[in-house]
Amino acid sequence: MSAINVSKVLDQSHASRVFDLAEMPLRELNRALHNLTLGSNETAWEVLNPKGSHSVAVGVDQPVTIDVRGSVGYYCGGMNDGSAITVHGSAGPGVGENMMSGSITVKGDASQYAGATGRGGLLVIEGNASSRCGISMKGIDIVVHGNIGHMSAFMAQSGNLVVLGDAGDALGDSIYEARLFVRGKVGSLGADCIAKEMRSEHLELLQGLLDRAGVTGVKAAEFTRYGSARTLYNFNIDNADAY
Amino acid sequence: MTYRNPPTTPRKSATFDDYTLSEIRRAAATGIYDIRGAGAKRKLPHFDDLLVLGASISRYPLEGYRERCDTGVVLGSRHAKKPIELKIPITIAGMSFGSLSGPAKEALGRGATLSGTSTTTGDGGMTEEERGHSKTLVYQYLPSRYGMNPRDLRRADAIEIVIGQGAKPGGGGMLLGQKISDRVAEMRTLPKGIDQRSASRHPDWTGPDDLEIKILELREITDWEKPIYVKVGGARPYYDTALAVKSGADVVVIDGMQGGTAATQEVFIENVGQPTLACIRPAVQALQDLGMHRKVQLIISGGIRNGADVAKALALGVDAVSIGTAALVALGDNDPRWEAEYNELGTTAGAYDDWHEGRDPAGITTQDPELMERLDPIAAGRRLANYLKVMTLEAQTIARACGKNSLHNLEPEDLVALTIEAAAMAGVPLAGTNWIPGKNGF
Repeated sequence: MSAINVSKVLDQSHASRVFDLAEMPLRELNRALHNLTLGSNETAWEVLNPKGSHSVAVGVDQPVTIDVRGSVGYYCGGMNDGSAITVHGSAGPGVGENMMSGSITVKGDASQYAGATGRGGLLVIEGNASSRCGISMKGIDIVVHGNIGHMSAFMAQSGNLVVLGDAGDALGDSIYEARLFVRGKVGSLGADCIAKEMRSEHLELLQGLLDRAGVTGVKAAEFTRYGSARTLYNFNIDNADAY
Repeated sequence: MTYRNPPTTPRKSATFDDYTLSEIRRAAATGIYDIRGAGAKRKLPHFDDLLVLGASISRYPLEGYRERCDTGVVLGSRHAKKPIELKIPITIAGMSFGSLSGPAKEALGRGATLSGTSTTTGDGGMTEEERGHSKTLVYQYLPSRYGMNPRDLRRADAIEIVIGQGAKPGGGGMLLGQKISDRVAEMRTLPKGIDQRSASRHPDWTGPDDLEIKILELREITDWEKPIYVKVGGARPYYDTALAVKSGADVVVIDGMQGGTAATQEVFIENVGQPTLACIRPAVQALQDLGMHRKVQLIISGGIRNGADVAKALALGVDAVSIGTAALVALGDNDPRWEAEYNELGTTAGAYDDWHEGRDPAGITTQDPELMERLDPIAAGRRLANYLKVMTLEAQTIARACGKNSLHNLEPEDLVALTIEAAAMAGVPLAGTNWIPGKNGF
């Protein structure tokens, strides 16, 4: 993808909360969102014709709602800090990467690295997610209504990953303190990832996440919890086979 | 009288030298490879293998201390709305909080600011010590993404996407649990006291096409204001530079194998990557082939020690150099005043490299509160500023002798090599000849 020539971007103010990316460049959308200040009246935004654009609504740091009417490319909502983004379509790689707070809902499917390194907020994927979902997550909550691919939650440090469907191979490899809840089958567990008991606090936590993600008719008790065996927390040569 | 054959002098193997033998014994006893900080310690072709040709008849020198020799450099002029302007072409390389103490980061910021140059964050995220004391701060976007957040991204003056380090191209790191203090654990979202394994690759992109989109995302988040650097370990400098340019980088940083690290396997440090000297000409050639030399700036790092190194690197075509290990030494690391304590740690001043253990007597590579107090950030910052000033004056002296009114006017023609190896790597003639070995191809 070619870089946008900044000099060609029109310098005009936008009272409108509807952005048609078929008519205006991405730069204008993101600039307008970044110019928002706390207490702004422009709290509801709509993005038309994203047509797979990358970096839609990245770096937003105000509590506004953003409805994206269509599918997006890479990194939609990247580093989101407080806004509620809904993608009425599917999302490309890295949706909600490094999210800080707020929420992102993808009505369709998500590609690789969904919620990668996320530090907070809620990412909901109503379809399936591809490989590396929640990779290196650092506090984000992710709820996937469908299945997730291989190497998901690799080196996940904290936060919660909820999967209503199945998980692929090497789930939670080298996991730290993140919690994984899977309702369906798991292809295989990664190094140091084990199934764990579902205690009452986990059931309560999971039910809260399901409620927040708009999941109905599914009970927390249907899930298995996975987490770290903590055997790789301090390097020991006797564990070398696990590396 | 009986004849006795003359005894054979005991002979040690060049292959199994004392150090190698000690490493075999240590490995056998402990069952783990040696992890250490710093960069390659073996002797490598380096800037010492080049000489500068001062002016005489064919060139006309400038007067030292009289005639101006500019040192300023602008980094990030390709796309960024706010390129960085530095007074000197020597920057401070990324060194993490966690690996370094808070006072050490503050001292780096103070010294760099006094000298008109930049500091760089590191794996631990941005600290107030560093942001508060660095007029110009480069924020590293690392595979681990420790402490990464959009607020700090916007508080930075430039963003450096770290793909690799010279000491360990392709390798991750290991910060042992004793350095994961409460503060470090909080910044890195890790339980206190565990060994921290930092990633060797970015989690959310896998190749140059992804990198291009990642750069676009970072530009969008920061409204195209900040220069985007791309830093790679010196392994395949021609192709990595070309791909970084293709991906949209404003600045390419190449870190040669003498570049330091906080903690990696000794065998990795000494055997992976290429010498700094070998990385420059291929990187410059890539920029020239793409018509981007001086448009995308090139920073080289890894074993830069003095103004001669700076002058030679600039003559080979780089726009600036970066220092890490040398900056730590300027702050007071490995100082002989702590010799007794270095001895207690089984080493000596000048050789201490177990930075990951957190017991640095100089209080620089530690999180121990008592040791940290040994470093006065104001005095250490002044020492760093003095050192940067000396390096700059040295480089200017050499440049003036070559007739240059700017450090950036130094050129390969100002250099010859002492060895065939250095001549081939640097692409300059062997001294006394017009022979450049291996001129065609890398």
